[in-house]
Amino acid sequence: MSVNKPTDYGTPASASTDLVTLEIDGHSVTVSAGTSVMRAAVDAGITIPKLCATDNLNPFGSCRMCLVQIEGARGYPASCTTPVAEGMKVCTQNEKLGELRRGIAELYISDHPLDCLTCSANGNCELQDTVGQVGLREVRYGYEGDNHLCSEKDESNPYFSFDPSKCIVCSRCVRACEEVQGTFALTIDGRGFESHISPGQDQAFMDSECVSCGACVQACPTATLIEKSVIDVGQPEHSTVTTCAYCGVGCSFRAEMKGEQLVRMVPDKNGGANHGHSCVKGRFAFGYATHKDRITKPMIRDHIAEPWREVSWDEAIQYAARRFKEIQAKYGKDSVGGLTSSRCTNEEAYLVQKLIRAGFGNNNVDTCARVCHSPTGYGLKQTLGESSGTQTFDSILKSDVVLVIGANPTDGHPVFGSLMKRRLRQGAKLIVVDPRSIDLVDNSPHIVADYHLKLKPGSNVAVVTALAHVIVTEGLMNEQFALDKCEVDSYEKWKTFVAQDKFSPEAVFEITGVDPELTRGAARVYATGGNAAIYYGLGVTEHSQGSTTVIGIANLAMATGNIGREGVGVNPLRGQNNVQGSCDMGSFPHEFVGYRHVSDNATRQLFEQAWGVSLSGEPGLRIPNMFDAAIDGSFKGMYVQGEDIAQSDPDIHHVHHALRELECLVVQDIFLNETAKFAHVFLPGASFLEKNGTFTNAERRISPVRRVMKPLAGKEDWEVTQDLANALGYPMNYSHPSEIMAEIASLTPQLAGVSYEKIDAMGSLQWPCNEEAPEGTPTMHVDEFVRGKGRFMLTEYVATSERTNSKFPLILTTGRILSQYNVGAQTRRTANNAWHSEDKLDMHPHDAETLGIVDGDWVGVKSRVGETVMRAVVTDRMQPGVVYTTFHFPESGANVITTDNSDWATNCPEYKVTAVHVSKVAQPSEWQKEYQHFSDQQQAFLDNRIPVSE
Amino acid sequence: MTRLFISRDSTALSLGAEHVVTAFQTQAAALGQEIEIVRNGSRGLFWLEPLVEVETAEGRVAYGPVNPSDVSDLLAAGLLEGKQHPLFLGNIEELAYFKDQNRLTFARVGLTDPVDIDDYLAHDGYRGLHNALKLQAADIVKQVTDSGLRGRGGAAFPTGIKWNTVLNAPAEQKYIVCNADEGDSGTFSDRMIMEGDPFVLIEGMTIAGLAVGATQGYIYLRIEYPHAKIALNQAIEAAYARGYLGENIQNSGKTFHLEVRSGAGAYICGEETSLLESLEGKRGLVRFKPPLPAIVGLFGKPTIVNNVISLASVPIILDKGGEYYRDYGMGRSRGTLPIQIAGNIKHPGLFEAAFGITLREILYTYGGGSASGRPIRAVQVGGPLGAYVHEGQFDTPLDYEAFAAMQAVLGHGGIVVHDDTSNMADMARYAMEFCVEESCGKCTPCRIGSTRGVEVIDKIVNNIEKDKNTVLLRDLCNTMTFGSLCAMGGMTPFPVLSALNHFPEDFGLSKDKA
Repeated sequence: MSVNKPTDYGTPASASTDLVTLEIDGHSVTVSAGTSVMRAAVDAGITIPKLCATDNLNPFGSCRMCLVQIEGARGYPASCTTPVAEGMKVCTQNEKLGELRRGIAELYISDHPLDCLTCSANGNCELQDTVGQVGLREVRYGYEGDNHLCSEKDESNPYFSFDPSKCIVCSRCVRACEEVQGTFALTIDGRGFESHISPGQDQAFMDSECVSCGACVQACPTATLIEKSVIDVGQPEHSTVTTCAYCGVGCSFRAEMKGEQLVRMVPDKNGGANHGHSCVKGRFAFGYATHKDRITKPMIRDHIAEPWREVSWDEAIQYAARRFKEIQAKYGKDSVGGLTSSRCTNEEAYLVQKLIRAGFGNNNVDTCARVCHSPTGYGLKQTLGESSGTQTFDSILKSDVVLVIGANPTDGHPVFGSLMKRRLRQGAKLIVVDPRSIDLVDNSPHIVADYHLKLKPGSNVAVVTALAHVIVTEGLMNEQFALDKCEVDSYEKWKTFVAQDKFSPEAVFEITGVDPELTRGAARVYATGGNAAIYYGLGVTEHSQGSTTVIGIANLAMATGNIGREGVGVNPLRGQNNVQGSCDMGSFPHEFVGYRHVSDNATRQLFEQAWGVSLSGEPGLRIPNMFDAAIDGSFKGMYVQGEDIAQSDPDIHHVHHALRELECLVVQDIFLNETAKFAHVFLPGASFLEKNGTFTNAERRISPVRRVMKPLAGKEDWEVTQDLANALGYPMNYSHPSEIMAEIASLTPQLAGVSYEKIDAMGSLQWPCNEEAPEGTPTMHVDEFVRGKGRFMLTEYVATSERTNSKFPLILTTGRILSQYNVGAQTRRTANNAWHSEDKLDMHPHDAETLGIVDGDWVGVKSRVGETVMRAVVTDRMQPGVVYTTFHFPESGANVITTDNSDWATNCPEYKVTAVHVSKVAQPSEWQKEYQHFSDQQQAFLDNRIPVSE
Repeated sequence: MTRLFISRDSTALSLGAEHVVTAFQTQAAALGQEIEIVRNGSRGLFWLEPLVEVETAEGRVAYGPVNPSDVSDLLAAGLLEGKQHPLFLGNIEELAYFKDQNRLTFARVGLTDPVDIDDYLAHDGYRGLHNALKLQAADIVKQVTDSGLRGRGGAAFPTGIKWNTVLNAPAEQKYIVCNADEGDSGTFSDRMIMEGDPFVLIEGMTIAGLAVGATQGYIYLRIEYPHAKIALNQAIEAAYARGYLGENIQNSGKTFHLEVRSGAGAYICGEETSLLESLEGKRGLVRFKPPLPAIVGLFGKPTIVNNVISLASVPIILDKGGEYYRDYGMGRSRGTLPIQIAGNIKHPGLFEAAFGITLREILYTYGGGSASGRPIRAVQVGGPLGAYVHEGQFDTPLDYEAFAAMQAVLGHGGIVVHDDTSNMADMARYAMEFCVEESCGKCTPCRIGSTRGVEVIDKIVNNIEKDKNTVLLRDLCNTMTFGSLCAMGGMTPFPVLSALNHFPEDFGLSKDKA
């Protein structure tokens, strides 16, 4: 088929290395031991009819279509459930088998609507194909017998329809929900002929536990579960494999198209990160890409109090270049800077930083990793030698202990969360360190955290050091590993340091609030429970001691020898699709591509030679420094590609103040985002569907992004950056992103072996990829650490200055939710709002009662820097004294409250700890009213824009 | 003090045993006569229940069936001294129905107080276990293998081979699971053992645990057996208290834990893999095999799943040796089968006999012919999935192979009798209906086929395209027989086709059209 549907082998591949040779229909075939007869037949080029089997699910043996005969075996075994055996002789087609299969097909069709021609699956229906294959010609039972043809449709999910009248009860959806997604939202209710798919307890999909990951829809062999987009527009006719533009998991998808129209996104089973799984965002929430809010023409204005004016690309670029040049002439070379985007491609991030370093002539470039994983970059570089996670996602399938710190994988990284849940269901031990009871703790079927260290926000370092204290004082280290692979001196110092009484779980109890016995138990399990892997997120990094915690995590892994092989490691769960990549691409003010310091002369000379300019050896401004400098008056111009600092950065008052001070703000984005409301030049961006390039995910996997439709505004983002560079007088002349990647590879040791040809051939590549590792590096630090010897560093606990007191008695912490993505610019423009349409404040029943607040009340949340209003949710997922909100909606103003406190090493904001006062209120906050006014005004400037004069 | 025996068995209870007990207690008290009523198991002569036995100097003397209204009369007649009365039966063990049995597995049922461990010990209880504790695991398995015991649940798989597979499957944890989901219509031997001699099952499971290295056992008991549950739990408690269960059994250093788990009312959970699913807390859905439960069973661990009677037959094998048990029976069917006689029969009950006895002997010599007095037209042997056997086949000996040769099964040994007023087309329809009701719904032939089966039989009986639909019914039976995942769908055609083949006239068909 032209949509390039991959071959379905019916059953999963066997991992065995032993080979078995058998004969199928006279053909000799050799396969791995444990392979099913069905899969072996596919290998031999023989298709056995099947309905309940598909190769991402364990065999089930229910449809009985795949019966075969095996010499010497009784009866007619199902080929999907029968493993191959040496010398086995299988017959897949004969008169008797044909008779049986027709008999079964006849039963199926006796309870199936006969509307094939108008059915949404027409042309892509496994039932239709199979019945055709077996040659059923008559249904002798007639159609007036008992049936399910009048079953009611469930249209409750915004993205897919469930029509039980077409269901053949193969259980593929149920099994996908269990085995692949791990949500267990579906079951078969009733038995015998009454068996039917039941979401929840015979509820509508939207009322059930369903998380709309789409695994069931993908698994369905009929039109029972089918995308509404397919119902609306029909079957797609061609497809292209590309990479999701949501989170840092980096799932591969087949974008299935009808001409220029994207019909559906189907996860690619060959995807190295996702193996055919998806979440509600990547699978369904792509409608934003063609949303009416997309801006497709460049716009300029002299002042932000003026309406926009549409202009040609050339005029916009020339205007921007002129303003930047004027500013630099007036205020100096360092008065301008820019931000690369973690949502754009590697090539685009590279070009933006190149433009800034070579075109602007300074190092004032930063990226949104500043506000998320910059402490990871710092902490892991210092200890292990490389600013990245150490493992592949699949590594977790070999873990015996999983330690999750400050991450919520089932919401934030759902596809990896499902993989983690699979391993936990297989029996791996789980330790969760989190102030909240995230779903992994006790709200995921068949999973309960063995240890939940429900710490007080801000006490990560104390907890991590207490874990180390237990390991050292109880002698649970892997001393051999530490002495062989790490700096002995640093290890000895660290041991002495953490062994101090002041770090015992009992001593830090006052700080952490964690039962010392739990801490001790968790430390013992982590150190002695087999392969132990640490996964962490922004709950680790977004603190005043974010870098210290990252260092503490690396210390734990080194001390216990849990690094350098599969099943272990230190794994930051990166937030955005290309945040790893944007960091790799030299987006930080102090580092060139590949994390090499700008002050290093040899590196700088390399780039000066390649780029033909002289470069500054002085690190440039970080984002918060840019804001401060803007308010001081020394920073006047900014080029922001694909990042919404006006919503995502902390202490919004301060950010907005800074943005208003800029004389030229150039925003390149697909929407008029919050930041663009302060902009003078708007350069319309291209969605991930409209460009070529690569994204790098949290496991260092470089995956292809492929253009499946023309850019709505006519240009891919890298082309726009190139135009701007040229207009600034710095020549760039790339004709395709592959040329940019070639340049990157030539300048970066870790990426020296990367090329588009290789990515196309292999599907994806994990860096380091160079002469030593031509096919990439799944697991890092195998023989030795990247920096040579691992380095232990001391992790003194220093309390944040953000303290509670009688005026601000509660701690606010922030996070995100499954259905929405970060600032929500994309997901808010999709039907994902059906799950989450506003940010709310979660609080413990005890606090709610004390404050006289009930579920659904409007509450004012006031910090030392600002106030906002949202609705309260009373839930015991919280601990007393801690409140929580998400930050997906600009009007919620979560960052109105957050402060400018930040990580000591990297300035990563302390989003996770803000002292607040919560009270019942009747109206929006002053900020919200002002925001609404400003927002309305800017919307009007957009709505009343002066059209391009052509 | 005179000891009376009145059964706690469900059959006796349903016939009013509890009221008889009350009547004896109140009336004896009123007469100032001291009695002790032992609640024993049933002797299995159901037409005589409620049966009352009195312990006298000359042995136990039986009366029955006793109504509460008979009690004053019986006491007045001198029942407590074993005197004559119209309901006087003498020593129950002297009745041919009882005397002609080979009570190996049921040796104690009716004789002892089922939950009194001392009574059990006094009647040769735990001798098998004591022997087993002296043997190596493989030697225990050998005894069972040598006995020729085959699974009494219906599949007749050699028990020793199954045990040997589990013994040789390396695992840290193994399980013994007793299939006590006795759901076949007309069967009740499992229930009678569990209510009448629960210790023999517990002992058998403990021996199984020793034989394969399993330390945990579960009895999966159908929810419809509340009295069995009480008896089992009382007996398990006593066994724990006396060191016959738990850690360090009889100071041997061996461990075996046992608990009863209730089913949720699904026939299919008597199928061993569905049973395991249910025991794991899931829907009772059939698993495909291989892997066999002996290799990948409960919670994925090597597991013996044996029927109650199979396990309850183990103690006597370990007590008296495999050879002793093997000496009973014929051909490859060794030992005894507790035959359950039900339906339209004069003397319903349990009859434990060595394999080889014929159907005719059971139906007429012991069963006394039909209850209605009319000719017996057909009997269904082996539960609702068993074939209907007609009069011409009544001389077949009860033997797995002999039954298989006539496309019938012995199954769990249940026999349901029909006289000549039964319509066999109705019976065929009922077989399909039963499958509709009880199919787990996993595989297509069973899930949809059974519903279509009912519809097609209705069409035949109602003269709708009779010939075409008869062909269709046979094709459907073919699809179900060879296409189904388990015996539920695979054997439903047995009663259907046997009815169609032997009694075409009931379908309105002539012999040659059927």
